[in-house]
Amino acid sequence: MHGRPRKAYKPEEEAASAAKAAKLRILQTQFMSNHHNKIYTKEAVDLSTKLLEINPEAYTAWNYRKLAVEDKLSRIESDPDLVKTILDEELSVVESALRQNFKSYGAWHHRKWVLSKGNSSVANEMRLLDKFQKLDSRNFHAWNYRRFVVELTNRSEQDELKYTDNMIGSDFSNYSAWHNRSVLLSNLLARKADGFLPNAKIPDEYELVHSAIFTDEDDQSGWFYHLWLLDQTVNVETPLLTSSWPSHGSRINLSAGCLNDSFSKLTTFCSESGSFPLILYFDQAVGGVSSATVTIDSELKGNEDLVWEPVSKKNSQMSSVWVAHLKYMSSEPCFRKEYEVKVRVGNSPGIVSSRGCNFSKSYEFIFTAHVHDTVQGSQEDIVSWTDGFDIWDAESKDLYSLVNLNRSNAQMDFKWRQEAIAEEIILFRKLSDSKIGKLTLARLLMAKAVISDDVVKGVDYNEILELYKDLMVLDSSHYQYYKDEHSVALLHKVTSSTDDLSRHLFRYRNMNNSVCLRLNNLSLSRIASVAKLLFVQMLDLSHNELHSTEGLEAMQLLSCLNLSHNKIRSFSALDSLRHLKQLRVLNVSHNHIGEHSVDTTRYLCSSPLSNSEWTQDEVGRKTPNLVTKYWDAYFVLRDLNLKQLDITGNAIARDEFSSFVLQVVPKLVWLNGKKLES
Amino acid sequence: MSDLPPYPPLDPTTYDLIIVGTGISESILSAAAASSSSNTSVLHLDPNPFYGSHFASLSLPDLTSFLHSSSSLSPPPPPSSHDHNFLSVNLVNRSLYSSVEITTFDSSIHEDHDSRKFNVDLCGPRVNFCADESINLMLKSGSNNYVEFKSVDASFVGDSSGELRNVPDSRSAIFKDKSLDLMEKKELMTFFKLVQAHLADVATVRINEEDLESPFIEFLDKMELPPKIKSIILYGIAMLDYDQENEEACGGLLKTREGIARLALYITSIGRFSNALGALIYPIYGQGEIPQGFCRRAAVKGCIYVLRMPITALLLDKETGGYKGVRLATGQEIFSQKLILDPCITVESKSMSSLTDQQKETLRVIIPKAISSNGKIARGICIIRGSVKADVSNALVVYPPKSLFPEQLAAIRVLQLGSGLAVCPADMHVLYLSTVCDNDDQGKTALLSAMSTLIRPQVPESLQSDPVVENDTAEAKPVVLWRALYVQELVKGEFGGSISSASSPDGNLNYNEIVKSAIKLYEQLMGSGELFKEDNPTEENDGGAENED
Repeated sequence: MHGRPRKAYKPEEEAASAAKAAKLRILQTQFMSNHHNKIYTKEAVDLSTKLLEINPEAYTAWNYRKLAVEDKLSRIESDPDLVKTILDEELSVVESALRQNFKSYGAWHHRKWVLSKGNSSVANEMRLLDKFQKLDSRNFHAWNYRRFVVELTNRSEQDELKYTDNMIGSDFSNYSAWHNRSVLLSNLLARKADGFLPNAKIPDEYELVHSAIFTDEDDQSGWFYHLWLLDQTVNVETPLLTSSWPSHGSRINLSAGCLNDSFSKLTTFCSESGSFPLILYFDQAVGGVSSATVTIDSELKGNEDLVWEPVSKKNSQMSSVWVAHLKYMSSEPCFRKEYEVKVRVGNSPGIVSSRGCNFSKSYEFIFTAHVHDTVQGSQEDIVSWTDGFDIWDAESKDLYSLVNLNRSNAQMDFKWRQEAIAEEIILFRKLSDSKIGKLTLARLLMAKAVISDDVVKGVDYNEILELYKDLMVLDSSHYQYYKDEHSVALLHKVTSSTDDLSRHLFRYRNMNNSVCLRLNNLSLSRIASVAKLLFVQMLDLSHNELHSTEGLEAMQLLSCLNLSHNKIRSFSALDSLRHLKQLRVLNVSHNHIGEHSVDTTRYLCSSPLSNSEWTQDEVGRKTPNLVTKYWDAYFVLRDLNLKQLDITGNAIARDEFSSFVLQVVPKLVWLNGKKLES
Repeated sequence: MSDLPPYPPLDPTTYDLIIVGTGISESILSAAAASSSSNTSVLHLDPNPFYGSHFASLSLPDLTSFLHSSSSLSPPPPPSSHDHNFLSVNLVNRSLYSSVEITTFDSSIHEDHDSRKFNVDLCGPRVNFCADESINLMLKSGSNNYVEFKSVDASFVGDSSGELRNVPDSRSAIFKDKSLDLMEKKELMTFFKLVQAHLADVATVRINEEDLESPFIEFLDKMELPPKIKSIILYGIAMLDYDQENEEACGGLLKTREGIARLALYITSIGRFSNALGALIYPIYGQGEIPQGFCRRAAVKGCIYVLRMPITALLLDKETGGYKGVRLATGQEIFSQKLILDPCITVESKSMSSLTDQQKETLRVIIPKAISSNGKIARGICIIRGSVKADVSNALVVYPPKSLFPEQLAAIRVLQLGSGLAVCPADMHVLYLSTVCDNDDQGKTALLSAMSTLIRPQVPESLQSDPVVENDTAEAKPVVLWRALYVQELVKGEFGGSISSASSPDGNLNYNEIVKSAIKLYEQLMGSGELFKEDNPTEENDGGAENED
């Protein structure tokens, strides 16, 4: 029951409760001795009944009863009448226990156990449930059990949906009912049950939840349901390919060393390894990306059995970003030649979302790779982030093909979704006095941005940004959340058009006029819109408020990264950088690494104690105590191929740590702005 | 009542209190007095063969004869007094009803089989709010054990178009309402929340004193509520009678304080009993069950009941002019300290002239006054076949002032009750209508207008030349089988020392005013406080004996 104040006990009640406890202790002792001696006589079982009537939470007693039932069943062979009598007896014990406390886990579980044995009638269960749900309509035990019974009796989901109609009608604050409704609707929509098409049903649901929200906007349950509906409107179950590098129709220049100025810096990729990454970016985590599901058709030799790797933080086989490395410097030299590469995603079924939905339909994209001679040797100069940047004179045609995502593979029924969001926006402007009203409006406007098929027509990012700024002031206890959302919106804005993006692009003179994306001084606390930035090789995120580099792992071309003057508190917050095989220059100066003796983000990574491999490698053998001390730095730096690292201005950057870094990254040329003697 | 069976003389002949009439306030008073700690002895008489007086629920023939006969009743000639110690003052029954008009449209309704299935209220339309004072007293006294209630399923606001809109009176009703748009839902709920917060005494949102003293209508305007919602609040929930937009017509505007109190009654009524659907409940077998319940309670506590026993005269002390007792229709003289009389009993006009001032003072509450300016209540009863709203049996309909015709001065309330409440046969409904009025014609015009909006017009059977031809357009509307129209005078209960008078039915939907005046009268009579004090332990487990569904 909800909203009932607890009353202090009166002395006589206390006495009664003490007497009850004494009685209970005696029962308990007797019961335990029966249990240990495996006595299942009628008297012994009756004793457990008595115990459970007083204390339905005595789960040992429930387990004992299960054993007793098994014992009895084993004796009576298979007389169905007797079996039924035994099980019915259990059901009645559960019922009286539930009358005592209808929130007893043990009792509900015992009931499920009895029912799953079969043989007993389930007709009674709905009646029992109605009783308990009347007592407390939000009782989640009853709702859970209801779902169990529904499954057992094959009651139709439509009927259950009607039941939630009634429950919500009598009290629309019933969060359990709304939740069950969302579960039922997802199922019905997923299997496209009769009349359950999203474009027909979702608008009806909006109408229902509007009534709840407008009647009482202080009630949370409606808002939760609205959020779920919004998610249903914006996201589709079937996974989609959001972007790729190289993108469709693009022309990339490849070389083993550095190229001279005559080529577009945006589309040039140099690597000593003689291979380039092919990145697939999906709208949700998928599994099953392999050379069987993604086929490559190209004259580039040696790419027949590509190895696709998930780029995910936890080493799971589900990821929204997948990468494979295509060789362009195979056995025979093939300079100054153009190769067409045709990539077919989802050629054969196998790419599956975490919810089990298959990739929509096979999708093909084509790009051209131009392989060049190496002109100059590799560069060993220090990369300075302070000067040497020139304004980038737009090669906007190139940029356009890189930034504009081709969503033609999205077979989404966009029209009703866009209309639904547009209507919601009009409606929720009326509630934008309240915090949740502002937040919902901001979310709706973002949804509009996400769902527009053309590049952002009429999305006013400034309005979204203003809303989140207001919220940061109004609701300081959720400041960080709003801040993060503000960052996401800002990055969407920056990447929304070539014009917007080109304002942040610069030429870096010192490195052969490489293109650098500078997103510094934007007070970003979170990284987003990475799908549109896969081409970036040099990124300046300095003077922001980042806590972590999560999201950057998709930027497989990244070679220089500036994270100075942020709020990074440990090396484990840089964990996602381990996926960036091209990263050579990293600046994490003036952060908070090592400042906090207890850093919770450290525990997100596996502890060295659970990992025995480090003891095997050289550094581990030489300086086990340092590895133990700096294990988070060790795991990140060990996997990187850094030439230049800056960690000044962090509490951790003392001599001991610097010497440890030199051991872990022997190839390092520049440390903290000083050239190392080799 | 002239064929009274011979009645054995009453014994004892002296009581603390004699009450004549078994209306709601008389019944509460007898139950309260009989249950009081001072062991008050009570004799409770009623000239009628049934309990309830003007609050009774009767069969159609009994109702017809009560409406007519009480206007023509003259008491039997007083038997000559054998005891000359007392001055005898003859009493007469004055009818509260005027312009009684009863029409039968379908005589089959009087077939014996059916006519006894009716339990029709004299004081309708009347319901109880779950948080009513009447319900509190029933629970306190234990008389709830004799009465069972059911919920009124729905309440509507109507207008001349014939459309009935749900009264969105609760959070879930607002949520489910189809006729309000989203902003209206928000405005109405915001207002309800303000009222609730005010009632819960939340300091930051309390309505300030200045607003509480201002007219309620001004407060609603200040809250920027649209006209539709104002009308719902004023007439559909606060149950006001007079047009609040027209200060002249309503003789003083309702203050916000009072308006909030009315909303509070409604709001606290919803959800008081877990098995009641909304704010309103109605007793099975009719409103007459309620006074009867109190009488049964009184009887259990030792009160003596005699029905079919009119009193013909009052006995006053010759010397002092003070009250001594009454003479029964049987001629027996019974004495008591105090007397409470049904509102229709007055002093015979010809005996008035001979009274001294002292005697007049004793009798003052029952001396007929010039026709009071209290106003009148026009009531109507229709037995219909069908329902005013599909799928709804028990429902309240309110027509706010001016909603039916421009000259409509006061709200008209209509209550439809079905056979589920055991008030009529299965295929029918009883429809009660009432409105306050200044004169008979005005009241009847208003009721007829409401009837014509709800019911298919029909010619009285005596005038029908052909069998009724079904009119397609009016098909959905119910057909009227029987109709009564009457106008009732309003008499307020009054304390008069040894002789007091009880209240007649008033124009309200509930008994609150009447119960309040009964409580006040009790305090004055007994000189002490609380009714049904230190009584029943049933007080705590209230909902238990309530609603059956």
